[in-house]
Amino acid sequence: MRVLGLDIGSRSVDAVWLCDGEIVDAAVADSGFDPASVAAAFVARGAHDAIVATGYGRHVARESFAANVVTEIKAYAIGASKLFPDARAVLDIGGQDTKAISLSAAGKVADFEMNDKCAAGTGKFLEVMAKALGFSLEELGSASMAAGPGIQISSMCTVFAESEVTGLVHRGEDRGRIARGLHESISRRTLGALRRVGAEGPLVFAGGVARNPAMVALITQGYAGDVLVPVEAQLVGAYGAALSHTTGGLS
Amino acid sequence: MSDAPVVDYHEMWAELGLDLPMHDALLEAVGGMYGGTFMTQKNRPEGMGYLDFVMSEVHGLRIKELHDFRKSGGKVVGTYCLYVPEELIRAAGAWSVGICAGAEWAYDQVEQILPRNTCALIKSMMGFKLGKVCPYLEESDLLIGETTCDGKKKAYEELGKLQNLYTMELPQMKRPKDVAFWRSELVDLIAKLEELTGTKITAESLAASIKEVNDKRRALQRVNAARAADPSPISGLDALLAVQVAFYDDVPRFTQSMNALADELEKRVADGVGVAPKGAPRILITGTPMALPNWKLHQIVENAGGVVVGEEMCTGSRYYEKLVNEDSATIDDMLDDLAAKYLDINCACFTPNDGRIDDVIRMAKDLKVDGVIDYALSFCGTYQIESAGVAKRVTDSGVPVLRIETDYSAEDVGQLSTRVEAFLEMVK
Repeated sequence: MRVLGLDIGSRSVDAVWLCDGEIVDAAVADSGFDPASVAAAFVARGAHDAIVATGYGRHVARESFAANVVTEIKAYAIGASKLFPDARAVLDIGGQDTKAISLSAAGKVADFEMNDKCAAGTGKFLEVMAKALGFSLEELGSASMAAGPGIQISSMCTVFAESEVTGLVHRGEDRGRIARGLHESISRRTLGALRRVGAEGPLVFAGGVARNPAMVALITQGYAGDVLVPVEAQLVGAYGAALSHTTGGLS
Repeated sequence: MSDAPVVDYHEMWAELGLDLPMHDALLEAVGGMYGGTFMTQKNRPEGMGYLDFVMSEVHGLRIKELHDFRKSGGKVVGTYCLYVPEELIRAAGAWSVGICAGAEWAYDQVEQILPRNTCALIKSMMGFKLGKVCPYLEESDLLIGETTCDGKKKAYEELGKLQNLYTMELPQMKRPKDVAFWRSELVDLIAKLEELTGTKITAESLAASIKEVNDKRRALQRVNAARAADPSPISGLDALLAVQVAFYDDVPRFTQSMNALADELEKRVADGVGVAPKGAPRILITGTPMALPNWKLHQIVENAGGVVVGEEMCTGSRYYEKLVNEDSATIDDMLDDLAAKYLDINCACFTPNDGRIDDVIRMAKDLKVDGVIDYALSFCGTYQIESAGVAKRVTDSGVPVLRIETDYSAEDVGQLSTRVEAFLEMVK
C-alpha cells in the first residue's frame, strides 16, 4: 500500500510517500500563489494508491484529488508520536499559525490550542521581522543566538511589532539584541499555550520554525520536559497525514 | 418558496424611510447566505418549508402584516432581549418583535458613535438603525431596552436619541429583593404599554397571553427534545433558525408550524431518520446569543461533519426551557409568576451565574453530546470572563470543551474551521 501524505500549508507544500508504512520519498516546495498546482505536481508523480491531505489546502485537495483529509492538529499528533513514541506534547510553529497539542499516553490528542486569526508569533512573523532588520531568515536565528540580552518587544501583532522594530532600529539599538527580543517574546507566548493545554513530558517541536536554532534553544530552556526536534521538522504534518491512512484518520 | 407570488414591497419600504439601494443589497446578501447555508443541507425535515418561506418573506409579508396591523391602530414593540416579557406586550394588545442584530452593517457609521471595540451584537444593533435597512425597527412604535450588559445599556442611550426607546432595569443578582425589584419593573412596564396602546391589561388578557407564549415555548421544547436522538432528526442550523424566528413571527401561526415540525421530527426519530449519520460528533454550543442572520459557528460545525444538538443560549434553551405558571387568577399573582420565571434565566450579566454551568452540564448529559463549544463574541466581557469557569467545570464533568471567540466577519473562518475539525476529531 503506497500512501501520499500532503501538507498544503501557507508557506510550503510538503509531501511524504509511504510504502507499507515506511518513508520511501519526501519533498518540499514553496506554496507560491497557487498551492493547489504545487500539490498537483506531487500527485502527478502517480506513486501512490491513496492520498491524505492536511493543512490549509486540505479541502481543495479533497475536491481536486479525491484525497482524504485530516486536520494539521491530528496529523502532527500522529507524525510526532510515530517518530517519538514517548512524546506527550507537540509544538508546531508553521508559516501562518502555531499549534500547541497535549497527547494522551496512547498518542491521541488530549487538548490543543491554536492562534485565532492573525499570524502573530509564527513563521510569517519572523520573516517580516527579518526583513525589517535586514537579515535573511537564517541570519535572524544565528544573530539572536550570538546577541547579548534581548530587547523586549511588547507587541506580538506583525504590523505593530514591525513598527516597534523599526523604531528600535532608528534609535540605533543592536539588531542582534532586537532579534533575540523577538525570539524571546514568541517563546514566552508559545510556552504559555503549552501550559494552557496541560503539556507535560517529552515535547516534539515541529514545523518550519523548529529549524530556527534560537527558537529551539529558548523553548528547550523554558519547557520543563525534554524537547525533541525531528530531523525533518517540516515534514511531520505530511508524514502524520500519510500515517493516518492506516491509523484510522479518515473522514 | 418558489411557488409564492412575487410581490414588490419597495413602496412599503420607501414609506418606512429605508435606504432602498442599501436595503436591496442587504436582502440580496442575506438571501445568498440563506441559500448557501440552509438550502444546501441534505435530508431536511419537510416542516422546515415553513421557516424557509418565513425567511424568504422576512422583510416582505411579515412587514406587511405589521404595517397593516399598525394602519388599523395596532402598536408594535421592538425588543432586543428575552428578559423583556412578551406576555405583557401582547396582553396590552401590542405585537412584540425581536430586532435582529446578527450581521455587520454600516460599521463606518456605527464607529462614529460607538467605540470600535464594542461587541458585534451591539454594533449591528446600531448599524441596522443608522444604515436604515431594518423595517422591523421602523415599524416599531416603541423599543424596549434593558440593562443587561454595560455595552447595551450605554448603546441604548444612543439608540434612544434616534427612536422612541424605554429601558427596563434588570437586576444583576437573584436574591428575593432583586425579584421584588424586577416585579416592580414589570409594573412600570405595564403602565408604559397601556399608555402606548390605550388598552388596559386584564387578568383575562394576561392569562391568555401567558398561555399563548407558553404554547410557543412548548412547541419549541418538542422540536428540541427530538434532538436528543442519535441520529438527530434536525440540523443545528435549522433548530437555531426556529428559535431566531420565534422572536418575531406571528405567535399562534408559529406555534402551530413548530408543532407540525415536531410531529414530523418525532416520526423521524421513531424511524431512525437523521440529518447526519448515526455516530456523527454531537455538539452543544453555549454562550453569547446568535441573532439573525448569525449562523457562522453552526455552519462551521456542521460543514465539518458534526451535528449541533443543543444551544444553551438566549437563542436556544434559555428562550423555551422555562414556562410561566398558568394557574394564577389575579394580575398580582401573574406578575409574581412572570418576575420569577424571567429572573430564572441564566444570563452572564448575573452574578453569580453558576446556574448556567449547571444547565450546560445537564444538557450535555441529556443530549448525549461529545463536546461543548463555548462561544463568545469579542468584547462581550460577561461571556468572555465566564468562559474559563465554564470550560473548567464542564471539562471536569468529563465533557471536552473548545473555547471560541469570534465576531460576525468571515476573516477567521479558515482558522475556526481547522480548530472545530480538530475538536471533532479529538472528541470522537
